[in-house]
Order: sequence, then C-alpha cells, then structure tokens
Amino acid sequence: MSVPGSESGRGRVGLFVTCLADLFRPSVAWASVRLLEQAGFEVTVPDRQTCCGQPAYNAGDLPTARRVARGILDAFEPFDYVVAPSGSCAGMLRLHLGRLFESEPDTATRAEQLARRTHELTEFLVDVAGWTGVAASFPHRVTYHDSCSSLREMAVRDQPRALMAQVQGLELVELGDRDVCCGFGGTFCVKYPDISTKMVSDKTAAIAATGAETVLAGDLGCLLNIAGRLAREGRPVACRHVAEVLAGTNGTDPIVPVGP
Amino acid sequence: MMDGAAAARFPEASARALGDENLQAALRLLGEGFQARRTDAVERFAAFEDARDAAVAAKTRTLRHLDRHLETFEARCREHGGVVHWAETPADARQIVLELLTDRGVRVLSKGKTMVAEEIGLNGFLEANGIEVIETDLGEYIIQLAEEAPSHIIVPAIHKTMPQVADLFRQHHDQTGAELFPRRTPADLVAEARAVLRGRFLEADAGLTGANFLVAETGSSVIVTNEGNGDLTQTLPQLHIVLATIEKVVPTLADGAAILRVLARSATGQDMSAYTTVSTGPRRPSDVDGPAEYHVVLVDNGRSRLLGTPAEEVLRCIRCGACMNHCPVYGAVGGHAYGWVYPGPIGAALTPALLGVETARHLPNASSLCGRCEEVCPMRIPLPKIFRYWREQEHAARLNSGRMRLGLAIWGWLAARPRLYRLATGAAMRVLSRLAGRSRRFRSLFLASGWTQSRDFPAPAGRTFLNSWKQRS
Repeated sequence: MSVPGSESGRGRVGLFVTCLADLFRPSVAWASVRLLEQAGFEVTVPDRQTCCGQPAYNAGDLPTARRVARGILDAFEPFDYVVAPSGSCAGMLRLHLGRLFESEPDTATRAEQLARRTHELTEFLVDVAGWTGVAASFPHRVTYHDSCSSLREMAVRDQPRALMAQVQGLELVELGDRDVCCGFGGTFCVKYPDISTKMVSDKTAAIAATGAETVLAGDLGCLLNIAGRLAREGRPVACRHVAEVLAGTNGTDPIVPVGP
Repeated sequence: MMDGAAAARFPEASARALGDENLQAALRLLGEGFQARRTDAVERFAAFEDARDAAVAAKTRTLRHLDRHLETFEARCREHGGVVHWAETPADARQIVLELLTDRGVRVLSKGKTMVAEEIGLNGFLEANGIEVIETDLGEYIIQLAEEAPSHIIVPAIHKTMPQVADLFRQHHDQTGAELFPRRTPADLVAEARAVLRGRFLEADAGLTGANFLVAETGSSVIVTNEGNGDLTQTLPQLHIVLATIEKVVPTLADGAAILRVLARSATGQDMSAYTTVSTGPRRPSDVDGPAEYHVVLVDNGRSRLLGTPAEEVLRCIRCGACMNHCPVYGAVGGHAYGWVYPGPIGAALTPALLGVETARHLPNASSLCGRCEEVCPMRIPLPKIFRYWREQEHAARLNSGRMRLGLAIWGWLAARPRLYRLATGAAMRVLSRLAGRSRRFRSLFLASGWTQSRDFPAPAGRTFLNSWKQRS
C-alpha cells in the first residue's frame, strides 16, 4: 500500500506494533504506518510479533523474557529499521535484549545488530529520516508527557516537539515536573497501586494546571494510566498518542471519551 | 537497633505513610528544596559531567584493588599513631567500640552523623551497656529525642515538621537549664539546639564520627558537615573513634577531592559543605588541640561479598542522597517505610545485599524503573539495573507471589506462540470491548482491582491491529 504524496525507496521498516497498541489502540499503529510511509519508507508488519518481553524481564523472569526475545529476533531480522511507537518497547529492544543472551554469543550478536537498527517512532522520523512533512491540523491547546524510557533510555525529548511544532493550530503548554514518572511502570502500577495512584494523581494535577484540552504522549502505558486517572477524577482532558495527531487521524475517539 | 525484618513489611508501611498528613507535608519540601538546589548547583558548574566521570573513575579504580588500598590505609594510619580495627560483622564492630570505651572508663560519647552506626545498631547497644550517647548533628539529635530512626541519609529528620520539632524541644529542653528560644522559626530551633548541645560537647569523654571517605596514601579520615558538630566531636575529647565501612577508602587525596567536587552539589546543592575536615592520627606535640587517641573501626558487613557480583556498583555510593531526593516513590512514602537504615533507591539496591533478598525483596520491586535516580547519581550507579538483578534473584528463588509467577508463565507461553496469541488476545479484546459498552471504560474489572481502585480501565478498541492488518494486506 502507499499513501499519496509519499516518497519511496528510503528503506524497509519493520513496524514493532507494541502489544498495547495492538490490543488496546490500533489507531496508534495505523498512524505509525501512515507517518512512516509519508516519510518515504516501505512498512512491513511482521505477523509473528507479540510483545517486547518487558513484563517478564522487569519481573526478573529471564527464561520467559528470553523465549519472547528469540521470536523478536526471528521476526525483525530482515529489515533495515525496526520502529516502535513507544520509547519503552524500543528501549527494551535497543538496550536490554543483548543482556538476555550474555551466555550465547551468536544470539547476543544478532540482538546487538537489531538494537542498532531499532528506533522510537518520533526519534526515527526526526533524527534518521530528517522528515519535516507533517501535514496535520489539531487546533487545540495540548500538553506533552515524556515517558521515562523515552527520556532516559532513548534520549527522546526534542523530537516529538519538533514534529508537534509542524501541526497546524497545535499550541503546546509544557507540564510542570515534566521529567517525573506518571506512576505506570508496567506491573508496578498493580503491585504498588497506592504509590502508583499518588504518582499519577500528581501527574494529572500537573496536567490540569496547564489548562490543556488534550494530553499527548509517545507511550501507551503512560497514556492508559493517565487517561484512567483523569477519567476517575472527572477531569475533562482527552488523551491521545502523539502519532495519531501527527498523522492527522483524529477521527478516532480519545483513549477514554471525555465526559460521563 | 533498627529491626531488619521491618524491610519485609514495606507494602503495609508504605500504605500507612501515604495516609500520614504530617509526613506528606514534610515530603512536599523535597521538590522545591533539594531538587531545585541540585539543578542550580549543576548548572553553575560547567564541568559537572567531567567531575562525575572523574569521581566514578576514582571509585572504580579503588574497588578493583580494595584489599590493597585498605592495607595501605592501615599502614599509613599506624605510622601517624592511629589504630585500625577490622570488624567483619556488626557484632564485631559493636564489641570493638564498646571495649575501646569501657577500657578508658568512658561514660558519655558524643557522636557525629554516621549511617554505619545505624547499620550496626550502635546506640542501643552502647546505652544497654551503660554509656550515654549524644547525637550532635541537629537532625540526628531531633530523632534521638523522638526515639526514632533516620528517614533520610543526609536529612535524618526530614519527616518531621517544624511544629513537631518545637514540641520535642519543649518536652526535653525546659529542664536543662540551657538558654531557650521562642521556637517560632527554624532559626530559633537551631539556636536552642546549639545552646543545649554546647554544654553536652564538653561532657563527652570520647567522640565518634563516620567518614565520608578514607585516604589510603595518608591514612586519614575525612568528614564533611555544615554544622561544625563533627569537628567538636572529634577534637574535644581525648578519644576519637572513626566508624567506616571498607568501601569508603580511596587511594589518594586527589581521589577524595574528585568525590568532594560532586558530593555537596548532588546532596544539598552547595558547591562545598561548610566544613571539610581531614583527620590524620592523634594530636601531635605541635598541635593546639585534638584527641590523644585515634582509632578507625573498618566494618565489612557483607561488602566484600558484593565484589564481583552484578550489584557491586552500589559500593561506589558516596551517600549524597540525590537518588532519594529525586525518587517519586521515596517522595510518596518517605524513608521509614523502607524499614531499614538506607531508604530510597540506594536502599532498594543495597538492603537486599545486606539483609538478604528474602527479607528485602519488596524494596527493589517498589520502583517504576523510571531511572531518575540513575540520572542524578553522581557516581552513575545503574540503580534500575541493580533492582532488576534483585528481582531476578527473587524470581529464581521462587520468592515472588504464586499469582505473579502463574500470570507470567501463561503470558510467556502465549507470547512465544504468535498464532495462538493472536486468537486468544483477539477473542479477549472483543469480549472486553463489548462489555465496556458506550462509556468505553471499566470502573471495576475482575483481577484488575489494583488498577481500578483509583483509575478507570480504558476499554480496548475491539479488533486488534494485527488481526485487521492481516486482512488488509
């Protein structure tokens, strides 16, 4: 498939959909495909992919994480680039996969090669593709939540902002304490729900203080957490993945529709 | 002595801490206080990142040949008239200190701030043996009056609000005969504590301090303070005892200087602490003051076992407290919830090493792995990586919950079988999406109460992306 106005032949991208986009919010994956094609890449979605393995990896279950990781290596080896609409999953592939195979040098080498080709979506579009062709309009006041893994593992901070600056009508108001975690942390949010609640409540208060109508982020984990808390608090702020806005696919409802 | 078993009760203790209004009020000061001040200090010092690298390199070099540097330290210390004692366990260390005191008929001991003393349970032990201990660091003094443990490694009484401190002083100072103050401002409280403590410094027959680091090439111990209490503690009495763990040694004074360049900036946002004091042996004939005897008690308590393991990088820690000042979990629950001497991220990395994973397994789990601690750690300790290491030990020893293990096993089995995973998740998402109805959210959800107790659970779209994509292409 191709999108009108796209260049072509800049390389083959394997889209790492991420399990949350696959299961909860396919619009994020569709938006990612669209953006990557607009930027001139040929996008493939390997159908053997499931998850990056973080639930097991972060729980200390290395054998399970390894089993999942082997599937990723097999599925994504043929591509010039592996791109994920998530700093967290991209961080797992880039920084942690190799560590799983310390005792298997051949597999470790494959993992390191994959790591070098792996990118978070906005980072890829800006730093690798040098793409400035955002053709979207979003006439709203928005704020942006940096996920911890985007910020600290993938050095993603300016890239989404550079892309948002190209969206017509979008007004960005920065969050206070913007480098502080929202309290999601994968299984952390259900292992320590009280602490997680305190953290996400601080975050939603900071969001409310910006007066933004919409909060955007590059990671669905954070977004589901923030959207769930905003909805429970009855705060009228919509949550969307930044890719949806950049791709101009705003027809989909926000993560939890605003209102009762 | 702090009961190590309390570390096992982190879940209950943290829940209580979240409901403690005084504590929450006290913790709110972390952000505007310590975080902002550290940021300013780092911005003022253009070479901060280079200084970090130099400090890390110094400490890494030290740990590679720790045995050699410790032997050099002992030899040099002895040349200057000091005595070095080796303590493998907390019990050994307590006994050595007690004998040093009782052999000399010491009844009153003044004490500078030292976390190692907390670690080995020194105060309670000495008091049970008839020795009075006077804490001279203001924060330590406050919690001594309150009969509590420190909740932070550099600000031990951070969990106390000013009115609580004023109350404590009212209870304990009115009978002392010392000059009293109106107790309306922090300055009043500091002045009053100083007036009371001045008298007490002179009563002490011995002084005990920790060490921010020990210098092998000179056999010296170095402390940094802002109150000057450490200097009075170690120069007024006839006996000065330094209590330090073995990883505190650095080869040279230059290595120590490398640490000083990042320590206060990371801790309090000062370029340097008010006082940096180097002690080398007892008083020499030409000295105007100083102790007649200088003893250093070197405590291992599990450190040497850590060398060569994936957790050994915690031994680079210089106890600045930046990790806890920036940790959102510490900021939510404070230090006491961690149940042992070292709270916050460094505690979550170190406590399992010292008390065992079985006791301390909750601490490295109580992290969203956000990485802010590693980002501000002047010694670049990879704290999240060490949390994962302890989680791996926990999982391998089957200490985590059966429900978690079962969940992971089922999920892992499915995730390694894409076709089956597609069918199962496809069906599950379809059902969930229908159940959510028009509100597109769940107020409560079977097996997800941890989430839904405080958050709505967003409904999935219905059709998974990969199932849609297959039909499209």
